[in-house]
Amino acid sequence: MSELGSPENPLKVAVVGSGPSGFYAVEALLKSGKAVAVDMIERLPAPFGLVRNGVAPDHPKLKQAILVYEKIAESPAFGFFGNVTIGRDVAVDELRRLYHAIVFTCGAETDRKLGIPGEDLKGSHTATEFVGWYNGHPDYRDRVFDLSGEVAVIIGQGNVAADVARILSKTVDELKHTDIAEHALEALGRSNVREIHVIGRRGPAQAKFTGKELREFGELADCDPVLKAEDLRLNPESEAEIADKNNAGSAKNIEIFQSFAARAPSAKTRRCIFRFLEGPVRLEGAGKVERLILAKNRLEGPPFNQVARETGETVAQPCNILFRSIGYKGIPIQGVPFDERKGIFPNDEGRIKDASGPVPGLYVAGWIKRGPSGIIGTNRACAVGTVASLLADLPKMDAQAKPGGEGLRKLLAGRGPRVVTYGEWRRIDAAEIGRGQPKGKPREKFTRIAEMLDAIG
Amino acid sequence: MTTVVTDNCQRCRFTDCVTVCPVSCFHGDDEMLYIDTGVCIDCGACIPVCPVHAIYEETDIPDDKRSWIQINTDLSLKQTNTTEKQEPLPTAEARKKELGF
Repeated sequence: MSELGSPENPLKVAVVGSGPSGFYAVEALLKSGKAVAVDMIERLPAPFGLVRNGVAPDHPKLKQAILVYEKIAESPAFGFFGNVTIGRDVAVDELRRLYHAIVFTCGAETDRKLGIPGEDLKGSHTATEFVGWYNGHPDYRDRVFDLSGEVAVIIGQGNVAADVARILSKTVDELKHTDIAEHALEALGRSNVREIHVIGRRGPAQAKFTGKELREFGELADCDPVLKAEDLRLNPESEAEIADKNNAGSAKNIEIFQSFAARAPSAKTRRCIFRFLEGPVRLEGAGKVERLILAKNRLEGPPFNQVARETGETVAQPCNILFRSIGYKGIPIQGVPFDERKGIFPNDEGRIKDASGPVPGLYVAGWIKRGPSGIIGTNRACAVGTVASLLADLPKMDAQAKPGGEGLRKLLAGRGPRVVTYGEWRRIDAAEIGRGQPKGKPREKFTRIAEMLDAIG
Repeated sequence: MTTVVTDNCQRCRFTDCVTVCPVSCFHGDDEMLYIDTGVCIDCGACIPVCPVHAIYEETDIPDDKRSWIQINTDLSLKQTNTTEKQEPLPTAEARKKELGF
């Protein structure tokens, strides 16, 4: 038998998910020096995961990461199986028979819950739904967000919370030349939201925004960033945190917050209010969200390990619509071990493991490997690490030749999904760009799978 | 708007930055790395991973380091693309200490 990874017996790998970590895993495999054939399996007809469906439409430069993925996809050793869902169209066990290894890069697709009474009232949403909706993700395009009230509350102080707040804070003119979905642009154009509260349970020194995202709130056409100067009075532990040279990001945030607090009120009609040391206790309302009860918190513990403790005091915040953005977790896939608490596939340096140790042939990278932290590029280092583990395991792998993509194509042919190839995706891509042109948008996305499939006939 | 490497990289060259760059825009000579400012997407992933804080977004560059914007643009094009972590320079740890990190 020829050596696995030689031209006579290429290493065949399936990558599940087509976001950044998926493409970086493919890139690392292609650069490994081994003979490989890598197939990417994506449940939507369109690739690129959160770069397409997560990165905010008004951040087009970040979306240029796609140029790198397009280049990776040009490799003759790369195959794309779009519109194929693991578990529905093909089982993990079947994939294991077809490929030497599977790398799961399917992200953290669902939001963590607040776990408070009233959380499921009408008007209480996850950030994921809203982000998916304005980005035209087919799963969320029919969600309805009632923006007729004046007050929106966002729970969480990371970059997703910032994206949600900023999209609510912007005028239609600020968004209309982005690739925001048409339905979202229309709904946002009718929005009555004037007050956007962005609430964190810890203090301003612990907010997770990047300075770049935060600074944008000072540059909005019709919205002022607001926060109270007294909220920036830090306890000694937080002072120590921002004085740490390795925590420059937090020091930068404090500086930006200070500049916001020092601003004189303007005639702008919207306000984005940053609030700290408050945690949601319950949502109240008759049939829909009307009020959010917040517990006042104080910080306890040493620098960098401060936790929020309730002081006993509560405040009521009128609220017409609420978004929670307090973290994300993955969704289990049948045939793959899952860590319920962390919401990830349990793993050791990317090798998926169960109680008895590593499961041969199963690997994981990206958010589903390490949890929802870091930005696009973080996933490159993450995927490179996983592929290094995979390559180190090569001598232990079953070296028998595997059917790979050819086998998968045959298997799927009998099962119904309209498999979308990378070439077909490029036609969908071209059609979207064409639709955007008359509106001065980089693209007008198809927001239904059927529309995407129609575009390729 | 761009992001650039400044002189703290000299005598260090830790190259942690290249591992998290989503668009592989780092180029290096023997001395340090440079960002191809035409390729960089300003994601900022490299900034916190640099052990000596050599990397700045344009808005944050101290005045005395602004010349590095042009240096990055010019020199990155002349050097080879650095896409994988390399051994830091032998002087790196000493230099890091000297810089107070």
